[in-house]
Amino acid sequence: MWARLLIGFVAVYIVGAGIWVAASGFARNEQLLNVACDPTRELWHDVNAGFIAHYERETGVKLFIRQSHGGSGSQARAVIDGLPADIISLALWTDTNAVRKAGLLDPDWEKRYPNRSLPYTSTIVFVVRKGNPKNIRDWADLTRSDVEIVTPSPKTSGNGKWSFLSMWGSVIWRGGSEADARDFVTKAYQRVPVLDAAARAATMTFAQKGIGDVHLTWENEAHLEVKEAEGKLEIVHPGANTPGGAISVLAEPHIAVVDANVKRKGTAAIADAYMRYLYTPEAKKLIVKNYHRPSEPEALAKADPELYAEYQTLFPKMALHEATSLVPTKSWDEVQKKFFAEGQIFDQIQAAGQKKQ
Amino acid sequence: MSAESALASGQPTPAAVFQAAPLRRATRDPWYVRWTLIGLTLGIVGLLIGVPLASVFAQATAKGLGVYWNNLIANSDTRHAIFLTMIVAPVAVALNVVFGVAAAWSIARFRFRGRGLLITLIDLPFSVSPVVAGLMFVLIFGMQTELGLWLRDHGYQVIFAPPALVLATAFVTFPFVARELIPVLEAVGPDEELAARSLGASGWQLFWWITVPNIKWGLLYGVILCNARAMGEFGAVYVVSGRIEGQTDTMPLRVQKLWEGSDNPAAFALASVLTMLALVTLLLKVLIEPKVRADTEPAGKNADGE
Repeated sequence: MWARLLIGFVAVYIVGAGIWVAASGFARNEQLLNVACDPTRELWHDVNAGFIAHYERETGVKLFIRQSHGGSGSQARAVIDGLPADIISLALWTDTNAVRKAGLLDPDWEKRYPNRSLPYTSTIVFVVRKGNPKNIRDWADLTRSDVEIVTPSPKTSGNGKWSFLSMWGSVIWRGGSEADARDFVTKAYQRVPVLDAAARAATMTFAQKGIGDVHLTWENEAHLEVKEAEGKLEIVHPGANTPGGAISVLAEPHIAVVDANVKRKGTAAIADAYMRYLYTPEAKKLIVKNYHRPSEPEALAKADPELYAEYQTLFPKMALHEATSLVPTKSWDEVQKKFFAEGQIFDQIQAAGQKKQ
Repeated sequence: MSAESALASGQPTPAAVFQAAPLRRATRDPWYVRWTLIGLTLGIVGLLIGVPLASVFAQATAKGLGVYWNNLIANSDTRHAIFLTMIVAPVAVALNVVFGVAAAWSIARFRFRGRGLLITLIDLPFSVSPVVAGLMFVLIFGMQTELGLWLRDHGYQVIFAPPALVLATAFVTFPFVARELIPVLEAVGPDEELAARSLGASGWQLFWWITVPNIKWGLLYGVILCNARAMGEFGAVYVVSGRIEGQTDTMPLRVQKLWEGSDNPAAFALASVLTMLALVTLLLKVLIEPKVRADTEPAGKNADGE
């Protein structure tokens, strides 16, 4: 008797679950889906909540916004394969461009919104142990024999790519030659005891396992890492002690509307409103609170002077250079090819480093 | 027996053992070999299973039980992940029960061309990497195929939605039910079914009154293993999920996401739920195992049970 009741219950449950799954495949078009890369989880959480409230105030409609996070490259791949993203916010221009190549973005996507579709930017900074015991102040300190560097592999990690480009660029942007840059970066990667595959693993290596003296990472990740370490770590803006001032790469997480998807889903107007919201003072506040650098931060001065003052101390002025300035054609494709393609500069540097050891 | 008593007393006494069981003496390893091997096994089990298991629970409850509970319940995305796993796993298991019984039945009862191939194909999901399995579904239902485009144009999302989660999970866990049932069906033999047939039973009656009672423990065993694997499946589901928070994140995906987001207590809290499910599975497995063994033994030995 009980067995039959149990079997009956299980059968009803499974049939119900099956119907739910089958029904879940029907598209829900009132939802906006933002497909983003990993290190922006908290940012989008706050921004989405802000936009939902903003949109409801303006139009009276309460939206649902869904968020997907993953590695930048695999997110691009998923969108190409049919993930119905309305907005993509990926870590690398090449990833966004891959989605365009698949015909999902209009060719002019980059020009459509202010600041080349960059509502915020970031950069690579140093995280060091409290009090900076090894006195690591500038890029040149990375190759000192008493310094160990933690950074993920540029082969597998966006974070690693930006770190590589910032090291290479630190030589070039100060007037050095390609040969100088290669020499510096080769020496620097010899100071890396473990080349982790992902940004998160590198953070664990540095912050929790206590390996290394300096961790190269995104500025927003650096702030979170320092906050979590509760006083055991601090941030160094490389070169802030030099006459030329702090210098690093301009990390450009482009944001784009996926035109093909919004047209099909009928969400073009909402996606456009979302993009414009990212440039409002309100969104800038959320961007700063999540340790990114908003475009035109001066706009904050009027909207929230207190936060602006805080912003200026947290984010000292740095000379941030575009990574594309490192190649003659100023294109991301060439950056990718020149540095990270099979057998190219990063591979050569690693091979050279191994020979010396 | 004497080996165990020597162990229990903690002091192996070769002389006493020699007197008690002179024949065994020669076939036994010396005490230091046994103790080293036992110690090594316990050490490895402790290090590889015991310590991580304990640390999952320790980390999950590090900030108190209240925080632990809150980590599981307060976040709507985590709640949804638990809900989704409770939906996806049973549906995938149900599909595999249907496919598994059909496959096992045809393999155990009939000899046909391609039977060997079918047996091999059933095992395929064991040898294919789950990531590849996920990619297969992306390729079938993705935008590169006519089918994918057709589905999209008709407003139905398979890939990056729960239907794909079920398909991927069912694929990866397919062999469990069929593999459990084939030996049971072969051991039971077709005699009772033939007898029922000769007495005029219909196909459905035959299946429900003869076959099911014969295979029920094997089936349950397969279902339990299948379900455990289904709930824990990560690779294939990761590829087809699209990682949409509060929509396609199952429990294992959510654990990884929380972990990536540096929310360790919450990640461990959810991981501890998965671990508890695994422990329950283990318990059920131990309880059912003797019954399955009884079923797979030759019919003659089983007769006194009826």
